[in-house]
Amino acid sequence: MRIAIIDTSTTRAAIIAEGLREAGLDDQVLIDPAGPIVRQIEACAPEVVLINLENPGRDLLEDFFAMSRALDRPIAMFVDQSDAESALAAVDAGVSAYVVDGLAKQRIKPVLDVAIRRFQAFSRLQAELAEAKTALADRQIVDRAKAILMRRRGIDEPAAYALLRGHAMQSNRRIAEVAEAIMTSEALMGDLP
Amino acid sequence: MSLDRFRIGFVPLVDAALPILARELGFAEEQGVGVELVRDVTWAAVRDRLLYGHSDAAHMVAPLAIATALGRDRPAVPMAVPFVLGLNGNAITFSTALGGACGLGEGLGDPVAVGAALREVAARQRLRFGVVHRHSSHNYMLRYWLAGVGIRPDVDVDIVVTSPPFAADALAAGEVDGICVGEPWNSIAVDRGVGRIALATAQIWRRGVEKVLAMRADQAEERRDAVLRLIRALHAAAAHFVDPETVEQSAEILSRPHYLDAPVDAILRAITDRIRVVPGGEPVHYPDFMFQYREAANFPWRSQAGWLYAQMVRWEGRSFSSADAATAQGVFRPELYRAALAGSGAPLPGASSKLEGALVGPIGAGSTQGRLVLGSDRFFDGRAFDPDDIPGYLRDLP
Repeated sequence: MRIAIIDTSTTRAAIIAEGLREAGLDDQVLIDPAGPIVRQIEACAPEVVLINLENPGRDLLEDFFAMSRALDRPIAMFVDQSDAESALAAVDAGVSAYVVDGLAKQRIKPVLDVAIRRFQAFSRLQAELAEAKTALADRQIVDRAKAILMRRRGIDEPAAYALLRGHAMQSNRRIAEVAEAIMTSEALMGDLP
Repeated sequence: MSLDRFRIGFVPLVDAALPILARELGFAEEQGVGVELVRDVTWAAVRDRLLYGHSDAAHMVAPLAIATALGRDRPAVPMAVPFVLGLNGNAITFSTALGGACGLGEGLGDPVAVGAALREVAARQRLRFGVVHRHSSHNYMLRYWLAGVGIRPDVDVDIVVTSPPFAADALAAGEVDGICVGEPWNSIAVDRGVGRIALATAQIWRRGVEKVLAMRADQAEERRDAVLRLIRALHAAAAHFVDPETVEQSAEILSRPHYLDAPVDAILRAITDRIRVVPGGEPVHYPDFMFQYREAANFPWRSQAGWLYAQMVRWEGRSFSSADAATAQGVFRPELYRAALAGSGAPLPGASSKLEGALVGPIGAGSTQGRLVLGSDRFFDGRAFDPDDIPGYLRDLP
């Protein structure tokens, strides 16, 4: 069963492709999102097309599928009424699937399941990455604010941290926010006696 | 007071204005409705979010709501359209080369004359036009005009799909020779110097139905009271939108990055019916280029849905089905519009269907509330559409 993957994120496309391979679905084609989508799909004649929900090429692709009704391999959106649940899961995860008419449902389900799981994993990964970046940035700011406090007040590191933390709790702000305020004031008034 | 929440899907276009203004200017809140907007660049994504509950309602090209209810290319889902978000507001823009080949002047052309020039060019070279969706008024209006001037769509010229925000790019890249798209994307193509506006779709059908507020039919039943209040909010937003005093404010709101993310100037021109036809030219005033409020413009006439269904049959090569025609016309829900605006003073048409394209000048029409005057609603070829005789109408078309 040939599966075409179209994704504006090439990283995510690779992650899906890997997941499908692990599930034993080896016959896959990665479509270049920068190239002509329809021509590439036409050339590889897939039985299943996976595309990210927000892909700007979807209206074009659906038009192509509707026109190909006349061909011997009509493709339709995979939203069999009886599959409302997996369709909902797919849309929630951000993926749409189109399949060649007549392809058995039990053959499609594993493909969709893998795609959904991989899309979700990718979203989680992105969220974690964003969190890690924030955490790293926060730590750098806090470290610098601590250094300023230690120098200006002549205190040690645990005391500087306790001061920051106490003030954050008191003013109901994040420690990083307080640290940032200290750095701002240092930048503007640090040279004053 | 807790608000009834509506997540409303939209594509960045000037005629997404009413739900955006209802949210930004407090019309929704006045009705106890909270509006949250969900932006997408394809109609497929707008439709999917609506069908799977990511959104409660959507700004949608009218034929797509009908195609969804008819189960075209996918399983059918009953749909409801209780409110029309606007008439027309689209244009046909030619590439600079095609504009030159057709000898377009400084203003908007005459549909018959431009059509005759285009026919000659199309006989020499294979032309390709981009429309925003297969099930869009743009597709049907363009085809109606081409067929009416003796150019056979799909036979003499190709028609392909291109998403609105990318239409100007497709023109610039030479992928298409012309586009039929909503504003501000025609104006942006002109301002970028890659095209020139040939016609406004209002020249093809003076009162052509365009975007609608679409929702799943079960939502319209389950949340009827909240839906009626949403309609009142949108109607108030429409009255505000057409007030000349507010156009600058509306253009500024629409231009914001999370809405249209487009230049204020191009949006303002569309709102004020002033269209810059050629790069660097003075904007041309074309009255009723966009039509958002007067003449009960927001009323979902079943006959408008009937016309769209007739075009769907015409171009998809399927045969007419009276059951499908009834389903299509049943998507438009004038009774919800009337229930929402009863007692508001807004003119409420007495009929739910009318002969489309039969009015030459302003004429009083039957109303159950307020005074309703309808202006000319002519098609460029002078044909009229009788929703009770779609087969007869289709037989007579070129």
